[in-house]
Amino acid sequence: MIRENPSPKHGYPGRLFVFEGLDGSGKSTQASLLGKWLAATGYRVFRTEWNSSELVSSTIRRGKKKGLLTPTTFSLMHAVDFADRFERTILPPLRAGYVVICDRYSFTAFVRDAARGCDPDWVRTIYSFAPTPDVAFYFRVPVKVTLQRKIASRLKINYYEAGMDMGLSEDLHDSYERFQGRIKKEYDRIAVTDRMTIIDSTRAVEPIQEELRKAVRPILQGFPKVETLLHDR
Amino acid sequence: MTDRTYGTRLPGLPEGDLPGKLIVIEGADGSGRSTEVALLKEHLEVEGHAVVDTGLRRSTLVSEEIDRAKQGHTLGATTLALLYAADFADQLENKIVPALSAGSTVLADRYIYTLMARAIVRGASRDWARRLYGFAFRPDLVLFLDARPEILLHRSIGKYGSLDYWESGMDLSLSRDFFESFFLYQDRLAREFEWMSREYDFHTVDANRRPEEVHAFVRDLVMPLYSKAAKARRVGRARATPRGPAASA
Repeated sequence: MIRENPSPKHGYPGRLFVFEGLDGSGKSTQASLLGKWLAATGYRVFRTEWNSSELVSSTIRRGKKKGLLTPTTFSLMHAVDFADRFERTILPPLRAGYVVICDRYSFTAFVRDAARGCDPDWVRTIYSFAPTPDVAFYFRVPVKVTLQRKIASRLKINYYEAGMDMGLSEDLHDSYERFQGRIKKEYDRIAVTDRMTIIDSTRAVEPIQEELRKAVRPILQGFPKVETLLHDR
Repeated sequence: MTDRTYGTRLPGLPEGDLPGKLIVIEGADGSGRSTEVALLKEHLEVEGHAVVDTGLRRSTLVSEEIDRAKQGHTLGATTLALLYAADFADQLENKIVPALSAGSTVLADRYIYTLMARAIVRGASRDWARRLYGFAFRPDLVLFLDARPEILLHRSIGKYGSLDYWESGMDLSLSRDFFESFFLYQDRLAREFEWMSREYDFHTVDANRRPEEVHAFVRDLVMPLYSKAAKARRVGRARATPRGPAASA
């Protein structure tokens, strides 16, 4: 068991960096670039994304067909998926002393489930098994920009992502804007209460990446690189 | 309305008191639970009440996933606990609440308490489990069929000829020996049921008796729910209950 360098935030020897924001906010691009740089610098890095796994997507498909999914079951199925990912892929590298980069984390559930009307305290309780990250970046961008990016890259808008189950609007684009607007409002709120690092993501890729590298440097002060680990044996 | 549940508002549910009744029968495998559910259902129907029976792991949403997970034993404790919660939520919203709204009696063969006990003995905190199931409806009556481990063992062997892997808690690695594991596991579950019986107002039923004796005792506890006085109390309670402020979405 590795006991050196426990994180002041969660106590595990690894470090946990979280990337949050709307779809199309540029967070995945930035997470990938930061991971590459950290690995090239000599850190042990593990990057993971939270998108729907087979377990959840098959359930959601079936639920949608039968009209069975409600905000509560929708929320719980995503919690199942996250718990599975957490127990299987996030916790082991964190305990092994890796820098773990999470493209979406529990905050995604907080904002999405709140937008669907679930009790926010209840949602937070469910996810209380997820440790506080060393840093959580929130890539803030207007909903209109994400929609333009989606249209420009010819990506299809997903039924649930547009909140079509909420009956906000018959029109997919209109519903998307309204529902994502609710999510953004919630992100803006919790970014403050949860002390997230807010990144203005309307800018170009390079200056944002530079800002991120600067932000993680103090967190990695004294954190062992692969080389150090090998020599110190 | 949060007072109809254990503290968490369920989005999208009808406001106000639902006319049906929710009766829960809890107890370990071999406590005579299934027998009592069948007898009570029969009795209530003969008395003219519409009964919908429900149990754990019968929803169409995730039961396949649960079966698959059980076969492979691949899911972690937290993941499995949440999967059971999702399954329960599905049954609550798609089966129990509609039946209660229609004025039926819902007879639940186990409820959140079994799910909570299983999660807690596998490492979840009592507080987490209690709050996770905060969205569950408060039953009108919870009957806990309490039987000694020796009786449970005797009935399990009598029925299946062997001990069940899950009911013996073999996944907990308490002991390699099925019998020893069974007793250790049932003892841990019993400790959780003891705590819950106070927290959730269980009526404990001595299940170390013959089915007909248990049934007579249960009937005496259940039938007063259908008396005129009980009805009047329910209406009065519904009127007297102040509406809490609507939780913000």
